[in-house]
Amino acid sequence: MRNSGFKILTEALTGNKGWKANWRQPTPKSAYDVIIVGAGGHGLATAYYLAKEFDITNVAVLEKGWIGSGNVGRNTTIIRSNYMLPGNEPFYEWSMKLWEGLEQDLNYNVMVSQRGILNLFHNDPQRDTFIRRGNAMRLAGADAVLLDREDVQKMCPFFDFNSSRFPIKGGLLQPRGGTVRHDAVAWGYARKGDELGVDILQNCEVQSFMIEGGVCKGVETTKGSIKAKKVAVCVAGSSGRVMAMAGIRVPIESHVMQAFVSEALKPVIPGVVTFGAGHFYVSQSDKGGLVFGGDIDGYNSYAQRGNLPVVEDVCEGGMAIMPMIGRARILRMWGGTVDMSMDGSPFIDKTHIEGLYFNGGWCYGGFKATPASGWCYAHLLANEKPHEVASEFRLDRFSRGHIIDEKGMGAQPNLH
Amino acid sequence: MSQINRISGGLIDRDKTLNFKFDGRVFEGHPGDTLASALLANGQRLVGRSFKYHRPRGIVTAGSEEPNALVQLRRGAHQEPNTRATETELFEGLEATSQNHRGSLKYDLMAVNDLLSPFLTAGFYYKTFMWPKGFWEKVYEPAIRASAGLGRLSGEPDPDTYDKGFLHCDILIIGGGAAGLSAALTAGRSGARVILAEENFRMGGRLIAETLELGGMSGTEWVTETLAELTAMTNLRFMPRTTVYGAFDHGIYGTLERMTDHLSSNEQKPRQVLWRIYSKRAILCAGATERLIAFGNNDRPGVMLAGATRAYVNRWAVTPGQRIAIFTNNNDGWRTATDLTEKGVEVTAVVDTRDGPARVTPSGASVVMGGRIIDTKGRHGIRSLTLSNGQTIPADCLAVSGGWNPNVHLTCHQGGRPVWRDDIAAFTPGDNLPVGMTVAGAANGSLGLAGALAEGGKAGNVATQDIGYSRSNYTAPKTEEEAVGISAFWYVKESRQRSWLDLQNDVTIKDVQLACQEGFSAVEHMKRYTTLGMATDQGKMANVPALAVLAECTNKSIPDTGTTVFRPPYSPVSIGAFAGRSRGNDFRPYRLTPSHDWAVEQSAVFVETGMWLRARWFPQPGETHWRQHVDREVLQTRKSVGVCDVTTLGKIDIQGRDAPAFLNSVYANAFGKLAVGKVRYGLMLREDGIAMDDGTTARLSEKRFVMTTTTANAVSVFRHLEFCRQCLWPGMDVHVISATEQFAQYSVAGPNSRRLLGRLVDPEFDISNEAFPFMACAEITVCGGTPARLFRISFSGELAYEIAVPTRYGDALIRVLIAAGEPFDVVPYGTEALSVMRIEKGHPAGGELNGQTTAHDLGMGRLLSKSTDYIGNTLRQRPGLNFEDRPTLMGFRPVDRSTNLTAGAHIIAKGKEATMENDEGWISSVASSPTLKYSIGLGFIKRGSRRLGDVIRVVNPLKGEDVEAEIVSPHFFDPDGERLRV
Ligand SMILES: Cc1cc2nc3c(=O)[nH]c(=O)nc-3n(C[C@H](O)[C@H](O)[C@H](O)COP(=O)(O)OP(=O)(O)OC[C@H]3O[C@@H](n4cnc5c(N)ncnc54)[C@H](O)[C@@H]3O)c2cc1C
Repeated sequence: MRNSGFKILTEALTGNKGWKANWRQPTPKSAYDVIIVGAGGHGLATAYYLAKEFDITNVAVLEKGWIGSGNVGRNTTIIRSNYMLPGNEPFYEWSMKLWEGLEQDLNYNVMVSQRGILNLFHNDPQRDTFIRRGNAMRLAGADAVLLDREDVQKMCPFFDFNSSRFPIKGGLLQPRGGTVRHDAVAWGYARKGDELGVDILQNCEVQSFMIEGGVCKGVETTKGSIKAKKVAVCVAGSSGRVMAMAGIRVPIESHVMQAFVSEALKPVIPGVVTFGAGHFYVSQSDKGGLVFGGDIDGYNSYAQRGNLPVVEDVCEGGMAIMPMIGRARILRMWGGTVDMSMDGSPFIDKTHIEGLYFNGGWCYGGFKATPASGWCYAHLLANEKPHEVASEFRLDRFSRGHIIDEKGMGAQPNLH
Repeated sequence: MSQINRISGGLIDRDKTLNFKFDGRVFEGHPGDTLASALLANGQRLVGRSFKYHRPRGIVTAGSEEPNALVQLRRGAHQEPNTRATETELFEGLEATSQNHRGSLKYDLMAVNDLLSPFLTAGFYYKTFMWPKGFWEKVYEPAIRASAGLGRLSGEPDPDTYDKGFLHCDILIIGGGAAGLSAALTAGRSGARVILAEENFRMGGRLIAETLELGGMSGTEWVTETLAELTAMTNLRFMPRTTVYGAFDHGIYGTLERMTDHLSSNEQKPRQVLWRIYSKRAILCAGATERLIAFGNNDRPGVMLAGATRAYVNRWAVTPGQRIAIFTNNNDGWRTATDLTEKGVEVTAVVDTRDGPARVTPSGASVVMGGRIIDTKGRHGIRSLTLSNGQTIPADCLAVSGGWNPNVHLTCHQGGRPVWRDDIAAFTPGDNLPVGMTVAGAANGSLGLAGALAEGGKAGNVATQDIGYSRSNYTAPKTEEEAVGISAFWYVKESRQRSWLDLQNDVTIKDVQLACQEGFSAVEHMKRYTTLGMATDQGKMANVPALAVLAECTNKSIPDTGTTVFRPPYSPVSIGAFAGRSRGNDFRPYRLTPSHDWAVEQSAVFVETGMWLRARWFPQPGETHWRQHVDREVLQTRKSVGVCDVTTLGKIDIQGRDAPAFLNSVYANAFGKLAVGKVRYGLMLREDGIAMDDGTTARLSEKRFVMTTTTANAVSVFRHLEFCRQCLWPGMDVHVISATEQFAQYSVAGPNSRRLLGRLVDPEFDISNEAFPFMACAEITVCGGTPARLFRISFSGELAYEIAVPTRYGDALIRVLIAAGEPFDVVPYGTEALSVMRIEKGHPAGGELNGQTTAHDLGMGRLLSKSTDYIGNTLRQRPGLNFEDRPTLMGFRPVDRSTNLTAGAHIIAKGKEATMENDEGWISSVASSPTLKYSIGLGFIKRGSRRLGDVIRVVNPLKGEDVEAEIVSPHFFDPDGERLRV
């Protein structure tokens, strides 16, 4: 069913009775060509691109809850391609390009909103690393602009320029960065995938893998056993637990990441602003809520909730940089389990078990990766070799020493 | 204007009159009023506009669940958006304005949205605004954004202060109604340390809003008597105006106390205090929230919860209307009729959805059993109601009772799921409560008064006994128990008009049904698709009725449909309170160096390095550009002598029999054989083989070393050493302690540095080149007996020392150093000169030790110990850290010496396109070298050491720079280190 201006008009005039379910509620078949475990953004995107780009339509996406119940529905919706390292930047830039055409591709308005992302710096060394990063982005064909203090002041007059503990010296702006309506991404991919024949199986939790003689032949689920030629795991925060069922220990720790939204306010914040020195970032949603966050809580956890030290730390950062928000109120705070990898970069790879594939390690920043991750994972599943922009996202990169550590933090996942 | 709706009784102080303004008009009220009760008293029914359709909105509740009566409170920088009039205590001079309209509140131009509502159904955005491509970004979204939001921020810094505090107690009681007060009585009498927190400014909960009798007293009398006992207890902390907004791990409760929000001016006192309450036990007595029944145009001003109507009449002596009708599915509707009649307010009808006999019939009222209201009339406030039987009922207020939802929110903050109870048609707390929490009273589903009193008293006793206190005597006062008698009724199917569920976000029954029709039948999907429950009230009233509608669509029961997850905060909390005093200059503490005061006297310019403030340079009269300060400081140091405060470098005291072995293992270069009285440069790797930090370590005695780290890594290196000591080699006899703040340390550098020091080092210590050569160290005394440590090390490349004294002598020492240097024209130098000299000398610092480079990358491969094992030794050998092409540290200088290099620029071969494939490295640090008189840079380039003399391009697309540069040794100045050893 296509969305169009005409359709909306006719539906409005006939009581909106003709809108159909966006996806079927199919009963599981006994076997599929590909089973994707996890109907988050990445899983659903993978299914869609498998069907659309690689003609593999006998696909099921298995979700233990409702689609989008994981991090795709909990994140702060920021998209950007402001990475520095060659292992990352081309991938994220390609993802950005896919975002830019996604509405037309999916015939669904996921509200890609490129209002810019600004990273502030406060001293010369920070500026120098931003220049290095900004130049890497430019070399990779992305956009980046270096702002001085006056430029920043023009863009965000409400920052504290007078009494701030860490005076603002300038910032690195990616004008094409921005936000996307997160739930809509899951829904849009699900809807299109379903249309192309993908079975989306909700409330269908994978409980074990059928592994025989080193080959994965399918999965056991809460809805029975389902066979598959290929099983593609894509469970973000549950990566450790799910892969453990296949006897695989992944180089990932699970951490809590909190996020916050304020009551709806008339528009004040132009794009996305990140205040690294204060561990705070913020944007304003189309409804008017300030959507913000900061550091991860720092301890390993599967509980999708956080605690007060980080809540207070984040708000301190917010007040330090924009003291006008003191009288805005936090409406809701929540947490997601993020799959923090040892170098802060992700994996899209085969495992040593034939027929079992892994996608994870997205840390707190995999939402922006959704389109490219889906495409590259589909590419790997279809062609048995990595897509060129994702060729560094290998599970064995630690043993080979080809780490992709943007922040230079080392193998301490809670510091990335 | 007179208070036309003011009636007799109530808990207001009629002796005083308070003036306030709403939308510019002046009204009167009394102490004890809320803004809402005062507005109602003055007959103001229209108070706001809804979010999406800009429908007229009136006051519906009397508490924190209010979705409609949101105002912009106060003015200027104090203005506070989305403030609930129902919770705002009236004060003299209060000013409030209505929100979310263009034009006046009454004639809001945005109300056209309402006419477009057939197009603006749930999820309409997702289906549209896509054509033509590009219009979303440029046209539609900006338009949507422009109309987003409700209230407005002032745009100015919040002028108020906020405090934070920690409280510890045995028992935290949340809610000061019948259950909470009873719990406080038993818990308090036992002697346990109790905190009683109540959201409202007045304790009592429903007791002061209803006309119930207990123990022969009115509710208010009983509350007064109970409070008299409680406030006399020294073990009980009494906290009105305090919201417990969240239940966190380990019995920690997030709590907000509003200190001065109810005052005209806070007289410099904090506005709010954010408490973290650490409790052994918590008793949740948070009561219940009433809900509406949905029917056509049930969103008009004048439609009010029945319980709120009673509260206004009984507590606030205000009638919300002159002719009130009642719509109910339970016995509370009738109680409302009785209360109103007693106060002499006309009741025009009681419409009960249940069949069966009427209860009492107020005179003149029509009673319709099994009745259904299908529509209301009245543009800016209801005038009449239409029933499904065709009857029209006049009313300017409709009191609706759809049943009560226990306030289970806090029971769910740690993953608890509520359970459904059919008898009260509501969710009650499940059994997986946060550790240490119990629930009593209406919050627990005991909606009657007797049950609340008994449960509260018992819960207090159970909790105290649990933690070792004895039981207290308590007999709950006698009351008349009345059954709720609810028969679930959610919405009027016969209504043809839109029926509202979420009043603020404009979500109607049709929206929920449409969501379901489109496949959004999971409760979270429905919520996210329709935005139901996402308004500032978090769906306190709307969620359960919406679930009922959804359950019906999906042919499931309500419990099978499930609820969305309740998240903190229970009601919204200002960001300022979470931040407390950590803002502005107090955002993080300043760390000041021992020479700070002296440097201020010298008019130094400071720079933030982490939390430290360091002197960046020391301007001299006549200098106009920072380059002049820096050049002078560098040249004078190189020519004669300079002094720099290097206290910020991390200092770690390492002691123990195994200290040498320990150092041998944490440093990548050998340390075992370092002689007493000697210093060595050390490079430390991370476990993964990447360079972590560098510095020097001095051996002061057999078993005692002192290590220095970079300023940036002082903490992380110390943490790392502790980890190694405690976790990797617990058997080693070694202890480490951070001594960064215990010693003031100055670098004295330059050809005259020895001579300068000679003037303050006590004569018994020989610091001649022979006695105290390069890389020597000693514990000495200066200035006639002051203990000091002297290290002959150099970062600048000059003959140099670092001298350390206990911090308390730091200020004196800098003054002595400068005085002693007078004959040599000593200069103090700042971090910038320090940096210039280290770049001239080719020492790596933060830009090079960035956590991504190896010893080989840094040109220090030769340093790595071959004989000993050390941290990082295994993983550094991985192929990815050793392949040929890895960029290595080199020096760069522009071919055209008049141009400048920029740190962060990338390196591209001549004639190649500037793309990522052709990227060969980057410039990590630059300096304008006054010594060489041109711009120099350190940087990393592929196969660097084999390309000495090659010319490459240094490109900086961000600034449009593209400069040819020559690859040179990173040691621009005195590469053989002759100056160090003289
Ligand atoms: C608070 C927060 C803020 C964030 N902000 C941003 C941001 O601003 N920008 C950004 O780019 N990224 C952000 N992220 C990260 C981003 O959300 C994630 O990296 C990304 O969503 C992960 O991919 P996904 O969508 O596929 O994961 P998910 O949506 O988590 O999908 C995984 C799915 O797997 C399912 N699953 C798990 N186990 C099983 C099983 N055994 N069987 C079946 N199904 C299973 C889960 O239920 C879940 O639905 C943020 C994350 C959080 C938590």
